[in-house]
Amino acid sequence: MEKRRIAVVSAGLSVPSSTRLLADRLTTATVAALRRRGVEAEVEVVELREYARDLADNLVTGFANADLRPALDAVTGADGIIAVTPIFSASYSGLFKTFFDVVDKDALTGKPVLMGATAGTARHSLALEHAMRPLFAYLRTVVTPTAVFAASEDWGGAGEASHGLASRIERAAEELAELVAARPATRAADPFADAPSFEALLGGVGTAAVG
Amino acid sequence: MQFGVFSVSDVTIDPTTGRTPSEAQRIKDVVTIAKKAEEVGLDVFALGEHHNPPFFSSSPTTTLGYIAGQTERLQLSTATTLITTNDPVKIAEDFAMLQHLAGGRVDLMMGRGNTGPVYPWFGKDIRDGIPLAIENYALLRRLWDEDVVDWEGRFRTPLRGFTATPRPLDGVAPFVWHGSIRSPEIAEQAAYYGDGFFHNHIFWPAEHTKRMVEFYRRRFEHYGHGAADQAIVGLGGQVFMRKNSQDAVSEFRPYFDNAPVYGHGPSLEDFSRETPLTVGSPQQVIERTLGFRDYVGDYQRQLFLVDHAGLPLKTVLEQLDILGEEVVPVLRKEFAALKPAHVPDAPTHESLVAARGAKDSTVYAPADDVTGQAPEEAA
Repeated sequence: MEKRRIAVVSAGLSVPSSTRLLADRLTTATVAALRRRGVEAEVEVVELREYARDLADNLVTGFANADLRPALDAVTGADGIIAVTPIFSASYSGLFKTFFDVVDKDALTGKPVLMGATAGTARHSLALEHAMRPLFAYLRTVVTPTAVFAASEDWGGAGEASHGLASRIERAAEELAELVAARPATRAADPFADAPSFEALLGGVGTAAVG
Repeated sequence: MQFGVFSVSDVTIDPTTGRTPSEAQRIKDVVTIAKKAEEVGLDVFALGEHHNPPFFSSSPTTTLGYIAGQTERLQLSTATTLITTNDPVKIAEDFAMLQHLAGGRVDLMMGRGNTGPVYPWFGKDIRDGIPLAIENYALLRRLWDEDVVDWEGRFRTPLRGFTATPRPLDGVAPFVWHGSIRSPEIAEQAAYYGDGFFHNHIFWPAEHTKRMVEFYRRRFEHYGHGAADQAIVGLGGQVFMRKNSQDAVSEFRPYFDNAPVYGHGPSLEDFSRETPLTVGSPQQVIERTLGFRDYVGDYQRQLFLVDHAGLPLKTVLEQLDILGEEVVPVLRKEFAALKPAHVPDAPTHESLVAARGAKDSTVYAPADDVTGQAPEEAA
């Protein structure tokens, strides 16, 4: 069976959080959808709450400390990302943004991403489209057409609301699995192995000066 | 092995007194610090270059020239000279001039500079940082190594029949280090020319330093300058010392907590664990510094940052006393005992002259140089 790595970034602040609950539902559905495609998924969950101070330190010092580095490596080394945030003040949370601010801006290029968000009411749902999708477009990721929003009411009761959430999770997971399975497994970037030789850097500098 | 101090030339409020020194005071103080470095037996004093407050050092060769006139032995260097936004012609002229005045006690370190607005202030674009560093240095090398240069590049006006004056002292250009925290391209550049590579080794975890130095050493060998362990490596480092380590920690903490670069972020303890910062007794500094060799190999130059973040002059001079009396003599002995014979020392003017031979490289103008007539017109 082929293998792929899925990194799950969850920015929920309470424990347990509905953000993590949605992240787990998306993860389970994605793992199942990948298995149907003959791909075994290895999942690593990054709970951003645990790195709140480390992320603030990274903003100030410019480097990720030893606690934060494995979390960043998990995401930059993944074959697909499930990113879920609560909606605060009409957008993703500050903690969620901070994490993607300290990830190297080129490290996620081309990676499939499934976006999810939670909030108290469904009136926040378009934050996924007007705030979160541009963030991942800037990072040059490939975002699934379906993004999954869960309001409080989606978690309860019977009928249309919860049924709708389940089918959105299923559809989004299928889309992510399709993208992840279609790409070769991610190779860890090595800035030293990938560095250009000096002749390439030099180009023909100064050689046009004869005569 | 060479030991010294380097200054970033910041004018910073002393958080324990609320006083901010004037530029006039800091400029006088930095001269005092350099003279003290020689007095306590250190080898090198290096000065940064900046073009924005709160830094005063826009013109390092002026300051270093003045220091050269008041010292006898001290090697004068920079940390760093901006190879991106300075005209390489002016770098060639300024440092050759300084070299003559200082009797050869000069080397310099190239850096790109990471302050965004400085680039447009000097008519450049920060996105060209690496290409500027590559092209400008290629020109600088030729201006020093060739008496008459024809040049055409992307970033400056072409040169036809140009001679940078004065010619380097004894026909030997100052030794060059290239400094970079994280760009393999710059380590590659240092390796290509067989120049030195310096890692700042202050702001980032040692793991970054290790990988950059390993890469530089491997490429130095690739380009045929010698074995990897013969490449010329320099490191920065940041220390604060008192006889009792707890006194060092409590005295330095307010300066750390309010430092412009990393203040209000990680704790002193976290930062000491994550980076090479050492705050403690002289013995702790000795042990930590000897440990640098474990991940970069035998290296040639160790510079400490001791004068920054608002530390008063009196404290800085005390730090220099401790370095000179208790720390550096032990480090010299210990590093020398560990270093194999085939690993070279850092090049100096004397060693470069010994290797290449001295010559008077004055270019005597064939035409009437009083009227400034060009050789072509006279011919």
